[in-house]
Amino acid sequence: MKAIFTKERLPIIATSLVCIAIYVAAGLKFEGFFSLRVFLNFLTDNAFLGITAVGVTFVILSGGIDLSVGSMVGCTGIMTAVLIQNKHLHPALAIATVLLFGLLLGCGHGLLIQKFNLPPFLVTLAGLFLARGLGLWISKESVQIDHPFFSALAGIKISLPNGASLPISAILFLVVLVAGIVLAKQTRFGRTVYAIGGNESSAMLMGLSVGKTKIWIYALSGFCSALAGVVYTIYTSSGNALSGTGLELDAIAAVVIGGTLLSGGYGSVFGSFLGVLILAMIQTAINFDGSLSSWWTRIAIGTLLLIFMLLQKGIEVSARRTSKKAGH
Amino acid sequence: MAELLQLRNIQKSFPGVKALDGVSFTVRAGEVHALMGENGAGKSTLIKVMTGVHTLDSGEILLEGKPIQIKSPQDAVSQGISTVYQEVNLVPNLSLAENICLGRESAGFTGIKWKEVKERAERAMARLGLNVDVRRPLGSFSIAIQQMAAIARALDVDAKVLVLDEPTSSLDRDEVKQLFEAITKLKNEGMGIVFVTHFLDQVYAVSDHITVLRNGNNVGDAPIDQLPRLELVSMMIGRDASALESERVAKDPIQSTSFIETQDMGHSGSVEGVNFTIGSGEVLGLAGLLGSGRTETVRLLYGIDSANHGELKIDGRSASGHKTSKAIASGFGLCPEDRKLEGILPDLSVRENLTIVLQARQGWFRKLSRSKQDEIVQVFIDSLRIKTASPETPIKNLSGGNQQKVILARWLAANPRLLLLDEPTRGIDVGAKFEISALIEKLRKEGMAFVFVSSELEEVVRSCTKIAVMRDRKMVGMLTGEEASEEKVMSMIAGGEA
Repeated sequence: MKAIFTKERLPIIATSLVCIAIYVAAGLKFEGFFSLRVFLNFLTDNAFLGITAVGVTFVILSGGIDLSVGSMVGCTGIMTAVLIQNKHLHPALAIATVLLFGLLLGCGHGLLIQKFNLPPFLVTLAGLFLARGLGLWISKESVQIDHPFFSALAGIKISLPNGASLPISAILFLVVLVAGIVLAKQTRFGRTVYAIGGNESSAMLMGLSVGKTKIWIYALSGFCSALAGVVYTIYTSSGNALSGTGLELDAIAAVVIGGTLLSGGYGSVFGSFLGVLILAMIQTAINFDGSLSSWWTRIAIGTLLLIFMLLQKGIEVSARRTSKKAGH
Repeated sequence: MAELLQLRNIQKSFPGVKALDGVSFTVRAGEVHALMGENGAGKSTLIKVMTGVHTLDSGEILLEGKPIQIKSPQDAVSQGISTVYQEVNLVPNLSLAENICLGRESAGFTGIKWKEVKERAERAMARLGLNVDVRRPLGSFSIAIQQMAAIARALDVDAKVLVLDEPTSSLDRDEVKQLFEAITKLKNEGMGIVFVTHFLDQVYAVSDHITVLRNGNNVGDAPIDQLPRLELVSMMIGRDASALESERVAKDPIQSTSFIETQDMGHSGSVEGVNFTIGSGEVLGLAGLLGSGRTETVRLLYGIDSANHGELKIDGRSASGHKTSKAIASGFGLCPEDRKLEGILPDLSVRENLTIVLQARQGWFRKLSRSKQDEIVQVFIDSLRIKTASPETPIKNLSGGNQQKVILARWLAANPRLLLLDEPTRGIDVGAKFEISALIEKLRKEGMAFVFVSSELEEVVRSCTKIAVMRDRKMVGMLTGEEASEEKVMSMIAGGEA
């Protein structure tokens, strides 16, 4: 029985080990890598990726996919900037508007996927193009935000010892992360997401509200990516319709490296957090090195993804073997 | 006994088919009510009406005397009608406890109370007489336990009526016994249980009352002790039962030169010590319990696994490194055990499913002309009496028995020398079963050879010319002629002296 326990947890254990190994290896090689400030930078610099990944985790747990999140970050980013800067909307109102926009667009994805039984891949691919196009239509140029309230918002931080601090984007990331973990583990919505990923028609026959849940899953992902767009504007103090290009793929990579099965049902929000950390650490380590070009990040991520896929396949195969034995 | 659930004069049509034509059905508190009928009789439709999957066209449903409407499966559950399906409709990735409570977990301000969930699940399982670690993922349990979990889920909502739709299809003898103990317990607690199955023995073992459907009509409704077995079968298939008994293979050993010979053939970890010969006109039965090595033997013959000790000889030549492509080239065909997964191509038409082997044999670049295909398909639809709206109907829309006939026809069209049949009659109705055995007998007389695997001993004894008995992944004996009786096979399976 203990063996099954470990087998179940194997992906997340593997992810944790890789995470620690990279951290320790980079820390031994590069001076200053172990500092709190560097660690906090992982969170700050990747807050938008992390927030997106939390939303995408739910989508993938349910067996779906959301490709629109990257262009959503660009679209909501430029929207926020234009609403504040050109339309003179109060930043709070502007942010609320784009969050609602993200929620509704996600809802739209969910409705199409649910009501017309369309494949999530194509529906959100259409969303990807629409959101990117809409963003560029709003403004091709990057728009600088200059508003006292917005600057104040961007300046919020929690001071920590040794001169380190946790800025607003990292705080938001951690809040979303904790909320995501609780949502997945402790609520009926979260458990229904897992059930849908495990076997959708069973979930339906068990009397779970599969339809409603699926719509909410995409709405949640839309909301998270819109929030990520806002965080990105806070982080850069500007909006750019082209930001977040390819972010959907980073988010999927983080989720899969974090131990979530692309076919749904297995995985965790915390795993995705570790996945984001791993991506962040690889990037930082390559920056620390200085001699390697940034494309090495991609090579490292690609290799890691391959290894994790093979690992998951191995677990799947051995799980099938044990269940077959149990069946006999 | 109080009437718990009454369905009165239920009508339900689908495009082109009248599935239920004024069916009435009553379940009383504290009874196990068997619902019998061939595939296509309307059983599944009636169940689906009861459980809210289909809405009825006309008629009424009364629960404890009050008229109700059932709008969805969810609605049915909340009104007290729960269903356990043949395929366990739970989610394998979550714990057993969660599967029991999912959707109605005890929750407070801090979210789901896992401790309560666990206790509730343990209570429900205990009511079925089971003590298992409910925190383990459901997928790690045997199908039997998973089925029990599905029943426990129904108990957890205080179901009044429990519908069991073919719950025993994938269970072995002990597991069935365990299930029946649980059913009896629930019955005695006053629950009304609807039991759908193809296994007559099981009906008589556990039911109190039988309702028989045929072609969407009630044809019988009687307490179990007033409906003898033979009468039940003839009600179900609508013809005289005595005619069924005549299809029995002559037990004289068949004189033919064998083209397959195995010597101590085996595959580490799956099956050992297989010794037999097969010649044309023979039907070799593989008898044994689930997991005794029957399917594994079939896999070796068909080259899905290759034997790693002993020897397999085909046409006198040693077939080491036997592969599926070689098996097919030697004129073997296989109707696999899992029809849905390994047999049918669900979205393709009956015609496409039927001609695919022939087409493959001919070579993919020499397309069978459409008129040729249509001709072949029509021949088999007529001769095997395949019930399909048209040859272009997707095979998934056919009943199980008819799907199986198409799979058989797929191979017969290619005129194989040896056809491996792994549970060809599982989950199909009595009429189709007899048709399939009659077909085997006919083809055998024409010189085709068969390997026949079935969990139903009676069927193996009836259709096979010789029987290899398997026990615990080993072949333990070969019975031919008069020796091949049910009692003898049974005692060998049970471990009596061979």
